[in-house]
Amino acid sequence: MTKPTHPRHHVLSVLVQNRSGVLARVASLFARRGYNIYSLAVAPTDDESLSRITIVVDVETAPLEQVVKQLHKLINVIKISELDPLDSVERELMLLTVKAAAGKRSEILELLGLFEGNVLDVGHDEITVSMDDEPERLDDLENLLMPYGIIDVQRTGRVALPRLEHTRP
Amino acid sequence: MKTNGGAALIKALEMEGVETVFGLPGGAILPVYDPIIESPIRHILVRHEQGAGHMAQGYAQSTGRPGVAIVTSGPAATNIVTPLCDAYMDSIPMVVITGQVAYSAIGTDAFQEADTVGITRGVTKHNELIARAEDIPLLVRQAFHIATTGRPGPVLLDVPKNIVDPNNPDSALDWYWPTDEEVAASLPGYKPTIKGHPRKIKQAAQMIMEAERPVIYAGGGILKARAAEELRELAEMTNTPVVTTLMARGAFPDDHPLCLGMPGMHGNYTAVTSMQQCDLLIALGSRFDDRITGRLDGFAPDAKVIHADIDPAELGKVRVPEVPIVGDARLIIVGIIKELRKLQDRGTELPDITDWRSTVSGWQERYPLTYEQSEPGGLLKPQYVLEQLRERAPEDCIVASGVGQHQMWTSQYWKFRHPYTWINSGGLGTMGFAVPAAIGAKVGRPDRMVWAVDGDGCFQMTAQELVTATTERIPVKVAILNNAYLGMVRQWQEMFYEERYSEVYLSPDLPDYVKWAEAMGCLALRVESPEEVGPAIDKANAVNDRPVVLEFRTDSSEKVFPMVPSGLSNDHVMVDPSQEDPK
Ligand SMILES: Cc1ncc(C[n+]2csc(CCOP(=O)(O)OP(=O)(O)O)c2C)c(N)n1
Ligand SMILES: [Mg+2]
Repeated sequence: MTKPTHPRHHVLSVLVQNRSGVLARVASLFARRGYNIYSLAVAPTDDESLSRITIVVDVETAPLEQVVKQLHKLINVIKISELDPLDSVERELMLLTVKAAAGKRSEILELLGLFEGNVLDVGHDEITVSMDDEPERLDDLENLLMPYGIIDVQRTGRVALPRLEHTRP
Repeated sequence: MKTNGGAALIKALEMEGVETVFGLPGGAILPVYDPIIESPIRHILVRHEQGAGHMAQGYAQSTGRPGVAIVTSGPAATNIVTPLCDAYMDSIPMVVITGQVAYSAIGTDAFQEADTVGITRGVTKHNELIARAEDIPLLVRQAFHIATTGRPGPVLLDVPKNIVDPNNPDSALDWYWPTDEEVAASLPGYKPTIKGHPRKIKQAAQMIMEAERPVIYAGGGILKARAAEELRELAEMTNTPVVTTLMARGAFPDDHPLCLGMPGMHGNYTAVTSMQQCDLLIALGSRFDDRITGRLDGFAPDAKVIHADIDPAELGKVRVPEVPIVGDARLIIVGIIKELRKLQDRGTELPDITDWRSTVSGWQERYPLTYEQSEPGGLLKPQYVLEQLRERAPEDCIVASGVGQHQMWTSQYWKFRHPYTWINSGGLGTMGFAVPAAIGAKVGRPDRMVWAVDGDGCFQMTAQELVTATTERIPVKVAILNNAYLGMVRQWQEMFYEERYSEVYLSPDLPDYVKWAEAMGCLALRVESPEEVGPAIDKANAVNDRPVVLEFRTDSSEKVFPMVPSGLSNDHVMVDPSQEDPK
């Protein structure tokens, strides 16, 4: 079962008109009203005129309502859903370069295998791996690789969709 | 019909019913100015773009129709940022059109290029950079729709030169005029809630039926919703006293027995204290501004709150209401009245609130607004000037003000009897608002007398627009309360900074306001003693062919009372020293 990483983190899935400047509007709203964005991912949806922005917000529950209401005031915002981590499926992609001298390489590959990650690039003393999974699982791999010496990490921020009904209604 | 973007833009304004625009041309907007020559739209040439913005605001506030300003790119666009922010804070419908460098030059630091859409994003309800000439009619329609519906506000359209210049092929388009349905379909995310939720309205009525110490807290939303009559009906039906905020002065007549006047930091004792002690606060189109609530954790501690507002984000933003209602204030009030009637028909009686009413009138008797009249030969009191201005002006005279002590005295001492007769900068508190806003109001309501009450500091920020007024034959009247100081700041330094006066002295004689006003084509008079006040005002009121400026030399030491010092709760109203309890 997935747990939110942090009790103050909330996932908002925001459907917007796919127009230039929309992301800037959303980002500056957060800045102006003093809300923190923890992570943000944006891409067009199947309908080309729309984009979905997945925002992880760092707020208490009460101000979250304000965030949502203020977002709604943006003319280009069409729909906002707060995704309860218990009721949604989430994914995040991580690329990570870690020190991997010849002697350590197999240990790292073994760990990566357990997490079902992939090797993207192998250098003389380093290796770049990728993994997509629930964000908390990426944290786990990152923590386990820490002792080897992480050189670079790049994460996309989480994307999410609501969980589907599993039983016939 | 083949046309070009410049002509289409002006035609679109005509189609929207625009009769007057305020503006000043320049390089990037030149092609838009050319078709203005043939257009029936009246263009008022301002002397500074800030003036154009505030005029559009004054026009909008006096008429209820959106104000329109057209300016060029870069420095002109930045000059109009203050009025945009002002209109955003006070929810004033306004459409501003700015020129922009050619689309292909955007991002190159071209001459007079500014990121106008970026700069104004936080101070507009919406803004758009128009990319293609063919988008002009739709985006203009959207702009007016957004500015005037839901919670009104300013909308800016940034227009690159290439799409309006007839010599550029980019400007070619086939004229069309989108239907209401097309406009709505183009804005799938914009659907303001207008009708209040019936269950919430029922709850509100129920709560009113149970209240023993109710107060109606009427805000600027009453005026935006054109709900003054309905407000009066609700107040009279339930015998509920009404406070009118700085933005709502005139929404309920000051001479009505249920009117308590203005609450807040410089509100009168009764308005502040009745909100503080009420058991039900009926907030209609008001937003619990910090200047109203004082220290929040001590505000109206026993009150249950009904909060009706068209902007859902206002509900619970400051104070969590027991009954939140999203919607148009007028429709909500009508709904509440209907529910109350139903309850009455079923035999429920309105509670007897005579005790509350008599407590309230006790405060009114004990703590009326007051000031000490000067001895013969003494310095002129600003409050006296205002009383005289009010008394000698027609009942429906419109008054605009700047920001500072003179603004608070105007709001306190002008007895408002009609909606849309008070024009001021509430949320942003913009010095320099009065003169251009009064000019805009007079353009919108040429049938009304329009006074601007200004401070000496404020006047110096936008006085040049009196040149506009003289040139365009807009006979506004300006009363400068010349106290030789940035008076409001001086008051805080006197009271809270141990009389350490830092950079607030302005001099009474420099500039010479009379000569300055005369140089701008106005009739000007200086008034120094109480005896001269009445005759000078009568003289000013008789002039109708040009602007008039009266300079009143007032007592610098006069302070605005009552006052709730910032940071304290509204239990700590400082009344006029003459009303303090003997220690
Ligand atoms: C543009 C701007 N700058 C500064 C202020 C801060 N401020 C508020 S009131 C005030 C004094 C205004 O002086 P004046 O116009 O003479 O009015 P008075 O208070 O003396 O009546 C100042 C400086 C402001 N509100 N707006
Ligand atoms: Mg002054």
